[in-house]
Amino acid sequence: MTTITKNKATDQFLENIAYFSNFQELRNESLAFLKNTGLPHSKEEEYKFTQISKKIEQNISTFLAADKISISAELIKSNLFEGFEGDVVVFNNGLFIEELSSISSPGYTLSKLSDSNSELLGSVAKIENDPFVALNNLSFEDGIHIKTEKGKKVEKPILFLYFNQANQGQIIQPRVLIEVAENSEVTFIENTVSQDEETYFSNTVVEVKVAQNAHAYYYRLQNENRKAISVTNFATDIHRYATFTSVALQLQADMLRNNLTLNLLDKGCVGNMYGLYLLNGKTHVDNHTNVDHTKPNSDSNELYKGILTDSARGVFNGKIFVRQDAQKTNAFQQNNNILLSENAIINTKPQLEIWADDVKCSHGCTTGQLDEEALFYLQARGIGKEQARGLLLYAVAGEVLEQIAYEPFKAYCIQLVEDRLGSSF
Amino acid sequence: MLTIKNLHASIEGTPILKGINLEVKPGEVHAIMGPNGSGKSTLASVLAGREEYEVTEGEVSFKGKNLLDLSPEDRAREGVFLAFQYPVEIPGVSSTNFLRTAVNQVREYRGLESLDAVKFLSIMKEKMKLVEIDQKLLSRSLNEGFSGGEKKRNEIFQMAMLEPTLSILDETDSGLDIDALRIVSNGVNQLKTSENATIVVTHYQRLLDYIVPDFVHVLYNGRIVKSGTKELALELEEKGYDWIKEEADAASV
Repeated sequence: MTTITKNKATDQFLENIAYFSNFQELRNESLAFLKNTGLPHSKEEEYKFTQISKKIEQNISTFLAADKISISAELIKSNLFEGFEGDVVVFNNGLFIEELSSISSPGYTLSKLSDSNSELLGSVAKIENDPFVALNNLSFEDGIHIKTEKGKKVEKPILFLYFNQANQGQIIQPRVLIEVAENSEVTFIENTVSQDEETYFSNTVVEVKVAQNAHAYYYRLQNENRKAISVTNFATDIHRYATFTSVALQLQADMLRNNLTLNLLDKGCVGNMYGLYLLNGKTHVDNHTNVDHTKPNSDSNELYKGILTDSARGVFNGKIFVRQDAQKTNAFQQNNNILLSENAIINTKPQLEIWADDVKCSHGCTTGQLDEEALFYLQARGIGKEQARGLLLYAVAGEVLEQIAYEPFKAYCIQLVEDRLGSSF
Repeated sequence: MLTIKNLHASIEGTPILKGINLEVKPGEVHAIMGPNGSGKSTLASVLAGREEYEVTEGEVSFKGKNLLDLSPEDRAREGVFLAFQYPVEIPGVSSTNFLRTAVNQVREYRGLESLDAVKFLSIMKEKMKLVEIDQKLLSRSLNEGFSGGEKKRNEIFQMAMLEPTLSILDETDSGLDIDALRIVSNGVNQLKTSENATIVVTHYQRLLDYIVPDFVHVLYNGRIVKSGTKELALELEEKGYDWIKEEADAASV
């Protein structure tokens, strides 16, 4: 392997990586890109606050795919939340396992990427957006390709269950491609289950195309072990009159980096991004969102909220790009943070680039502590201080959780959040 | 019921209350009046237990207990209610859930059974009539986007739900139009019994046309400088506060 001067870690790891013979064009292109750029180092603007390459270097031994672990039907069952009814797609260290999955709902098909050979692969999540996309392109083993049927609603949600365990600090690289066909509707739920308390590095790429007048919802829970390192590139192409809604809940890990990109490609698109991060210990969570308004009359709504304590760190970066053509755009962004301890840190940055002149764009970010006046108000009505704190913190979180339209998952998340607010905060 | 003796309190080292004495008995309505900055709201806040204020001297006993030893929530549970001058907007906390939590914690403290949802709602509906508050308002987040009048009505509604023995109305009339003032006062009057007492803190006399006090005290420079009956309030309305200030200043020289 040639020397990569930009990043020592990349050089070392590229020596020791799994190469596959399929998707050659994508893999070659990605390799060339990685050789040229390396993984992001700490001085790069986009990764200034999240030194994930260093983290990987220190904790991950190789970029070889983690060995498969044993997953039983009981294990899967025990990780379904109460009230869930729908299909379950199981991943074993990032690799889709057909035998353990249940795919029976009408309205969509699921195939392995190695079988579908879709030209769409790699076209939504672009290499130049993030070197980790290139890394996944280069060495994912296989992935899934979901296609909904035109005009059909997949009535029950599709649950992605990721079981992760990589004892030797190896890499887990899920790859998902979703095509939501014209006039169809579908809901996805994603949950990652850490099978032990040891380090792993997962590098996920999800690409979603939401076709004309289709509606897609993606709910994601990241509540992993305290050594988990994870990068996700989640990119969406949204077509005319289509809607895409993301709700992301982050509770625990070592370091999480999520790049969420919404490309509003036509008129009348709606992109919604909601996030909640409740962090304690040393958990570090970085949400980089990017919405690109390219055509007139599209809307984007974004609300990310964080509550941080101990030595947790949060990073929020919200890019809104409104191109010259995208008149009558409505783009709203809000990021609110509450810091409960002196050592908790938040770095928040709205980044708006507006080239059209007839648009409504707003953004705001706040960082503060718990509202003492509100706390006193509740106490003055006879509510105990601890419970009053819980009520107020939950009020912050609730606004995001309310965006989950699938009730059993909402109830599950609410329970997780309430447990957290009742104990660790 | 409430006995305040030589109460001194300061905020960030600045003395505000400089020796308040006051005795409130069940069934009484006391008005605390006074010019801006005289310490009226501070007195209300100290009684409710606001932490920013430091009591430097004196004592307050409420139904035989040392009120100053109690946390704000325990004061509320014992029966002290402060109607806030500026009720706090709390987005994300539903008015109904908040109130049910409050009512049940208060009931638990008083050794009463907690109310189930059905019972709670029926009591709520009954009390809503008192202040002509709309159910729609209560399905929203607590005070969020409420008008000034709606917030004050919500305070009195909460008071009705919590059934305090001592209610302290802190500038409840501020920002109210005549109709809202009438509704709010009407609510307060209906809640009056021979067992409970009310302290009305106000700058203006007009509220006292509706909530008629048994005693009127004038607070100036952190002390009660004059006490009297409701006629004193009328006199203040007519003559302003300057004559009181002059009397007080002369006396203290």
